[in-house]
Amino acid sequence: MSAGVDLDGVTVRFGNFTAVNNANLAIKGGEFFSFLGPSGCGKTTILRTVSGFLDPSAGKVRIAGQDMAGIGPNKRPTALIFQNLALFPLMTVAENIAYGLRVRGIDRVTRRKKAEELLDLIALPGQGDKLVSELSGGQKQRVAIARALAVEPQVLLLDEPLSALDLKLRQHMRNELRLIQQRVGITFIYITHDQGEALTMSDRIAVMSDGVIEQVADGKTVYDKPETAFVASFVGENNPFPGRVSKASADEAVVDTAFGKLKGRNPSGLKTGDKAILFVRPESFKLGKGAEGTTLESPVKNVAFEGNMTHVFLKGAGKKDITLTVGRHGSSKVPDQGEKATVHYTDGLGLVLPEGKMARE
Amino acid sequence: MALVLFFPKGRWHVSSRAFVILLPFLVIAAFWVMARYEARTVHDPTHKSYWERNGMVLGILFIVLVALWTLFLVTLPYLYMVVESFHPRLPPMKRFGPEDYLTLEQYKSLFVSPVDKEWNTTHLYAFFYTIVVSSAVTFLNLCICYPLAYFMAQAGSVQQVRLLMLGLIVPYWVNEILRAFSIRLLLAAKGLINQGLMGAGLTDAPIDFLGNNTGMWVGLSYANLLIMMFPLYNAIESLDKNQIEAARDLGAPWWKIHRDVVIPYAKPGIASGCTMVFMLAAGSLAAPLFLGGPNTLWFTAIVYDFFFQAFNWPRGSAYAFLLLAACITFVMIMLRLFKVKLGEAIR
Amino acid sequence: MSSGFALRVMLGFYVCLFFMYLFGPLVVMGITAFNTPSYPQTIPFEGFTLDWFVKLYNHRQMREGLWNSIIIGIGVVALSVPIGLAASIIMNQIYHRARGLFYLVTVSPLLTPGVIIGISTVIFWKDAFGLTDFTKAVFYKGIILSILGQSSFVAAYCLLIIMARLTRFDRAQEEAALDLGATYPQVFLHVLLPFLRPALLSAAVIAFLSSFENYNTTTFAILADKTLVTVLAGEVRQGTTPALSALAVIIIGLSLLGAVVYEVLKRREERIASEMKERARLAERGETAPELFRPAAATA
Repeated sequence: MSAGVDLDGVTVRFGNFTAVNNANLAIKGGEFFSFLGPSGCGKTTILRTVSGFLDPSAGKVRIAGQDMAGIGPNKRPTALIFQNLALFPLMTVAENIAYGLRVRGIDRVTRRKKAEELLDLIALPGQGDKLVSELSGGQKQRVAIARALAVEPQVLLLDEPLSALDLKLRQHMRNELRLIQQRVGITFIYITHDQGEALTMSDRIAVMSDGVIEQVADGKTVYDKPETAFVASFVGENNPFPGRVSKASADEAVVDTAFGKLKGRNPSGLKTGDKAILFVRPESFKLGKGAEGTTLESPVKNVAFEGNMTHVFLKGAGKKDITLTVGRHGSSKVPDQGEKATVHYTDGLGLVLPEGKMARE
Repeated sequence: MALVLFFPKGRWHVSSRAFVILLPFLVIAAFWVMARYEARTVHDPTHKSYWERNGMVLGILFIVLVALWTLFLVTLPYLYMVVESFHPRLPPMKRFGPEDYLTLEQYKSLFVSPVDKEWNTTHLYAFFYTIVVSSAVTFLNLCICYPLAYFMAQAGSVQQVRLLMLGLIVPYWVNEILRAFSIRLLLAAKGLINQGLMGAGLTDAPIDFLGNNTGMWVGLSYANLLIMMFPLYNAIESLDKNQIEAARDLGAPWWKIHRDVVIPYAKPGIASGCTMVFMLAAGSLAAPLFLGGPNTLWFTAIVYDFFFQAFNWPRGSAYAFLLLAACITFVMIMLRLFKVKLGEAIR
Repeated sequence: MSSGFALRVMLGFYVCLFFMYLFGPLVVMGITAFNTPSYPQTIPFEGFTLDWFVKLYNHRQMREGLWNSIIIGIGVVALSVPIGLAASIIMNQIYHRARGLFYLVTVSPLLTPGVIIGISTVIFWKDAFGLTDFTKAVFYKGIILSILGQSSFVAAYCLLIIMARLTRFDRAQEEAALDLGATYPQVFLHVLLPFLRPALLSAAVIAFLSSFENYNTTTFAILADKTLVTVLAGEVRQGTTPALSALAVIIIGLSLLGAVVYEVLKRREERIASEMKERARLAERGETAPELFRPAAATA
């Protein structure tokens, strides 16, 4: 059984500091939903508010339509997986997993059976009698998940669960978590600062910055059609070209930048004279002078070979370099350091957005 | 009679005790009001009320236990004793009656003897003697313990320190009375020290160590060595070895290193140790009673006598309170002298 | 440097002197316990005897005192450890402006001379219990007053010991338990108490020992009764017999035994902990990416 979570104008203030500012969101039951943002953006605060450890200063949290005001964390149909796991060190693995059942008054035999089932699920069969301090990081992670699943929550909340694991394990766990979610069908609310995780695992993503939800959409939309400068710069690599709109129409706009007049799509409906930023992704650039589209030139500062792709860094207008990525087996020759390079992109791949705060480097 | 105690009817002899009993409750009520006011005006998202956090059963249990302790075992007895010291000595029947009025006569009695209206020289002498000896013992213990504490904290190896630590603690498992007893054995006329001195031909007759109060000094110092050791050790131990190394590198002689680097850093530990040793020495009964000569007047022993010999509780209370006040004053002066804050000194 | 060496020698000599000062009287006393003369004597050693231990055993007042001391000790533990626990929990939760005053009040018994605690206990409870004849008859007893008087500062020891451990408690565990559905009392019972167990045990041991060997406070509060320590004090005042030395030897023996037992237990605990760390390390090395999703495994 899974439930949807609704945030109606949720604001959380600590004294003078506003951690979450007027969050409005409807998370569907059974979906894998991620909150993505840099540290301090408020995503942990939202998680703790949904799980009941914080009271919102304004607004309501609804789970399965029911208002959660005044309902403590132990009475909500949620289970939280903590960043540091918070397993009980003085209990065995099986006792950890069965703890939620124990406090519900379920008898020992049934508890043990359930714990064994879950141990099978997380690929630690028969290891119920070990103590937590004997496990590796990945094993502890799985025990935490099993412990949460044991209480059959309607919503599972995960607080950056993979951040303590090393790379290969992390990548593998991404798939496994996704599969578990699909199998079990519970609503997953996942918070992370790693966009790779968010993009690969989620049905929808909410990108947050400084307490504000900037955009809510599925991965492809957030990547291809970001709605604010922050989302455009935070999700994936992106090259910003700030300037002023010199010509605008319903779909297109031309921005006067340090590199001349650059064209791009105009989904925000900007008008002539508006301050704007044109964004072009590194993979959207092609080397050489294009037959159509927009061209620009700049000297090459650095070239970095990274296996399946090569990064080329061109001198940008300010401190930030212009980056483009060239596939291993691309057609054009990669320029050398110091050479002047010519690059182009098709206009449809450029995106003009209103000027705004961008992600910190 | 019981009701009279708790419902003041404007008669001074009753309301003083009732007021004292009410006082702590008033303080608690004041804080409670402040807390409610603050909770109401500032919204704290993490705030869970006390009852929510602990549940009804545990919440009540905790409050009952703590109230029992802070009110009935600590605050009320002290306050009650202080109040008692402001009352005249009366047989049980006459207490709470019309003769039971507030008076300073018990405090005056330390200065002017109620018996012959002369200066109460014996008690005054005892009072100052106690303070002076306690201070001296404090200083003595500081000098004795400092080198060892320094050695253990900085210079010794881990093994040595563990062994030394054990060696320090073991004697203290023996009861203080037995320890006083053992010193008496050692210093008595027929004791080992006198035997040794006479055997070596240094003296002809046994030296009366107990009569001339040497025994008492040794006893007081001995009883409080560990109390001085621990804060000193803790304070010096936390000093970064590198600082001492650096000073040595710069060519400072050892006494300068101590004066300029170690001692200033260890000041809170020194203050803490001195405070505790002073208070324990001034308040001690065992060493002066068993090791003092027949002429020794120890203030705390006088208090003891007022209780068990003279059954003059109000006067005993007054004296006890004066002793406490002296201790606190001494401590405050020490802290001011060493420029150490109260919070740092209480470990 | 020769001055450094000389300094070291001086320091070493000083350490030896210090420990002679510390242990000397005890060793001397220990020897007198086995020596035959009825006045405690170390030299000359006239004959080895265990008579004094027998005399000690037959000393009726001491036995009575011992019994009372044990009862008081148990009472003090039963009262002080829960109080210390409750106080440390409240210390964490109390209104922050009140915390300083609360700390002062709870720690003050440690700084107050034991004499004053004893006096104030007797004065207060005499009137408090004296409010009715019933309470006076039942409660105004030496043993009860001793328990009350000693608990005032023993609870402070317990508070400090328990708080030291409590501050290291990971709040996330409390939250995890709540999140899984536990009520606050269940969190207290299942998560917090097991965590505090070592501190509770230390506090209990320290409470008992402090109570047992206390003199200054007990001597007032015990009224007409006696404890082992007050009997001892009486004996020492009156005269000296090697039976007292015998008692000291027994106490030292028991303490050393206690120290040895403690060390053994500590070593065992450390050994187990390092074994588990080793197993975790191996698990970390052999970490394979497992298949968590097994279609066959039935789950929620």
